Amino acid sequence: MWEMLDDLFYAYQDLFYGLGVNAILALSMYAVVSLGQLSLGQAAFMGIGAYVGAVVTVKLGLPFGLSLTAAMIAPAIVAALVGIPTLRLTGVYLAIATIGLGEVLRILYLNSDYLGGALGFSGIPEKANGWIIYGLLALILSGFLIITRSRVGRACEAIRQDEDAARVMGINVTLYKMTGLILSAALAGLGGALNAHFSSFISPGEFGFETAVAILSYAVLGGVATPLGPVIGAFLLTALPELLRSLHEFRGIFNGLIIVLVMIFLPKGLLGWRVRRTG
Amino acid sequence: MLGQQLFNALVLGSVYALFSLGFTLVFGVVRVVNLLYGFYFAVGAFIALFLATLAHVPLWLAAPLGAIGAGGIAAILDGALLTPLRAAKAPELSALIVTLGGVLLFISCLTLAFGTEIRRFPAELLDWPAFQWGGVAISPLQIVIIVTAMVMVSALFFFIEKTRQGTAIRALAENPDVAALMGVNVGRAMAMTSFAAGTLSGAAGILIGLNFNAVHPYMGESMMLRGFVVIIVGGLGDIRGALLAGLALGFAEVLTAAYISSDFKEAVTFSVLVLTLWIRPSGLFGKASVKRA
Repeated sequence: MWEMLDDLFYAYQDLFYGLGVNAILALSMYAVVSLGQLSLGQAAFMGIGAYVGAVVTVKLGLPFGLSLTAAMIAPAIVAALVGIPTLRLTGVYLAIATIGLGEVLRILYLNSDYLGGALGFSGIPEKANGWIIYGLLALILSGFLIITRSRVGRACEAIRQDEDAARVMGINVTLYKMTGLILSAALAGLGGALNAHFSSFISPGEFGFETAVAILSYAVLGGVATPLGPVIGAFLLTALPELLRSLHEFRGIFNGLIIVLVMIFLPKGLLGWRVRRTG
Repeated sequence: MLGQQLFNALVLGSVYALFSLGFTLVFGVVRVVNLLYGFYFAVGAFIALFLATLAHVPLWLAAPLGAIGAGGIAAILDGALLTPLRAAKAPELSALIVTLGGVLLFISCLTLAFGTEIRRFPAELLDWPAFQWGGVAISPLQIVIIVTAMVMVSALFFFIEKTRQGTAIRALAENPDVAALMGVNVGRAMAMTSFAAGTLSGAAGILIGLNFNAVHPYMGESMMLRGFVVIIVGGLGDIRGALLAGLALGFAEVLTAAYISSDFKEAVTFSVLVLTLWIRPSGLFGKASVKRA
């Protein structure tokens, strides 16, 4: 009996880990989208985290905890560099700058021999496990749930609904957006490093346009009314193509179609309801 | 050597200008960063390629048909994806997200149908001998590219500035509600804009496809990066800015590849984008209205 469960677990281990990591990535998207901003750089930030984490573990031989920390700090710095000039402008500028970032980084990884180039970075020790991944996910999710119900959460919602009105109410809109973007980049970097440390191999192609859109599709499907939305969106959109093997080949079509249909027919996402307020 | 580089840069830059012109036009009029624009780039190239190889249509006819086909598809898809959102007065980022989903959807379809391999025009179609002029090797294809880009850009300016439909489009760019009150048929003007822009994108795709003799579903992706840089540097929605920035980008790329390293081409391009955002977000001429959030 236990052996059978073990086999089952082993067969679906990567899916199990992938679900948790994608949920973290979806929450990283939530940190920006809940402020009414759009970052298309989540895959790029994830990639920075993955490569930085891998370098710290493999090339520098430092402990896993440090590697995860570095994987959060590096993309946060890049996010600040891109965010400072763009967040003062309208949302379009941030979207354009971040989508460009992913494309550029992909080409830089491809051409860097130190990072393995087109062959990818292999031999990353499998240090991440279910406890770490789901523990961090639970921590991040409860953090978001607490924030959503607080004064800060209400400020975020005000910014999302109407930026000018929020500013008039005395909310420091730029500070909120900047914090959101930096937090988002750090979480995406964490997701990338965790991913690298269970799949043991990363390559430049994993962090391109398609991944950016996939991460966005989790948040779009789940809606931004509550942080649970993106998590459920990530679970659904990760599990479905794996379980229905025939869908695998059509993944791009599937993710793209979900975004188009949800945006047109269910603009608030699948979970349009709100978390009840306390305090 | 430098002369040759400058000439190649002019060829590339004129295609970039052509491509970016449509991209910025769409933003200026429809107020949407339309990511599908890179898909139309590939569509034009594919139509021209299949017409030339499968239907044996001569290239001088297949190329314009490809561009017009891309324009038609642009008008249909933009209409289908963006009209419902416009009707619902959705924020501009929703429209951007829809086109993002759309581009993944349609490029995946293209990949599923034709595969990711690089397809080529038959070599004998492009087998024109190059000639020397002042130490610079010039192929007739390069001349065709520059002339086509110049003609199309002039045609677009004529259309926008001098025709009734162009006036309607400019009115729409100014203020959609007032334009509608003045009797502009908003739906038709939007469709015309999509068609014009799609044709430019398709034409650029065909020219790039011919220049490098390579056509594949993802060819629009790297082009979109250049498009972003050009419309930010030129100023969002600023047609003249896009023209100038597009040409300049061609020179920047070719010279970086020649004198630094072709690996850094994209990094240099992107640095220009971020730098522009830091120091001059309204673009070259500073005419684009940068709404400060």
